[in-house]
Amino acid sequence: MPRRRRARKVVEPPSFKGYRPYGTINGRREGRVELHYEEYEAIKLADYDLMNHQEASGIMDVSRATFARVYETARRKIAKALVEGKEIVSVYGNAHLENDWFECTDCKSKFTIPSELLDKSCPLCKSTSIKNILH
Amino acid sequence: MKTLITSKGDSTDSFFDLRFGRGKYFCIHDSETGNIEFIENLNAEAQGGAGTKTAEKVIELGVKKVISGDFGPKAKDLLMKFKIQMVMITDSNKTVMEIIKSLS
Repeated sequence: MPRRRRARKVVEPPSFKGYRPYGTINGRREGRVELHYEEYEAIKLADYDLMNHQEASGIMDVSRATFARVYETARRKIAKALVEGKEIVSVYGNAHLENDWFECTDCKSKFTIPSELLDKSCPLCKSTSIKNILH
Repeated sequence: MKTLITSKGDSTDSFFDLRFGRGKYFCIHDSETGNIEFIENLNAEAQGGAGTKTAEKVIELGVKKVISGDFGPKAKDLLMKFKIQMVMITDSNKTVMEIIKSLS
């Protein structure tokens, strides 16, 4: 059995569901490229925030070498989509979203708050004294 | 909104089960109708992948909140992907009724 893949920490998931090419000469191309959240994050850290791989890997909580691999697959996927005129869709992948888990300081229960949920209180005791925990 | 609570038995007086994938029963509480329903967990004795199968069941049932003791890494990933709220309680001396009461 292979070693379990370490989750890559993602500070914020992409704000889009995907990108689609338009005006393709040979008509609509079949197939799509699945860009994982962690690959999006790698591109963002390295090419948008202009960090070096060492710093970026620290943020994603993986080794420098792993970061480089994720970054490489991300670049290749985007290149493939551009050259072949394919659609890019963002999928969850092996990401671990930061700020996912919370602990209620009153009843000690731990819980997640999905992004759709606007109510930022403890689901059990309705207390609003909650704190972020790393999980 | 539907909430699923893992339970050791099929009545509201039974204790809450700390295990997610191998919890004996699931209590489904609908906060709109106040309906409480118990279903047996068919994956409790599964050889492997109990967590994943249970998470799939949760998604199928259209539940939005799951209350259990802990979730395995695979179940956690799956539930997170489908934006289902997970709640972990460490106190196993609670009955299902007590949890339902604290919800509303």
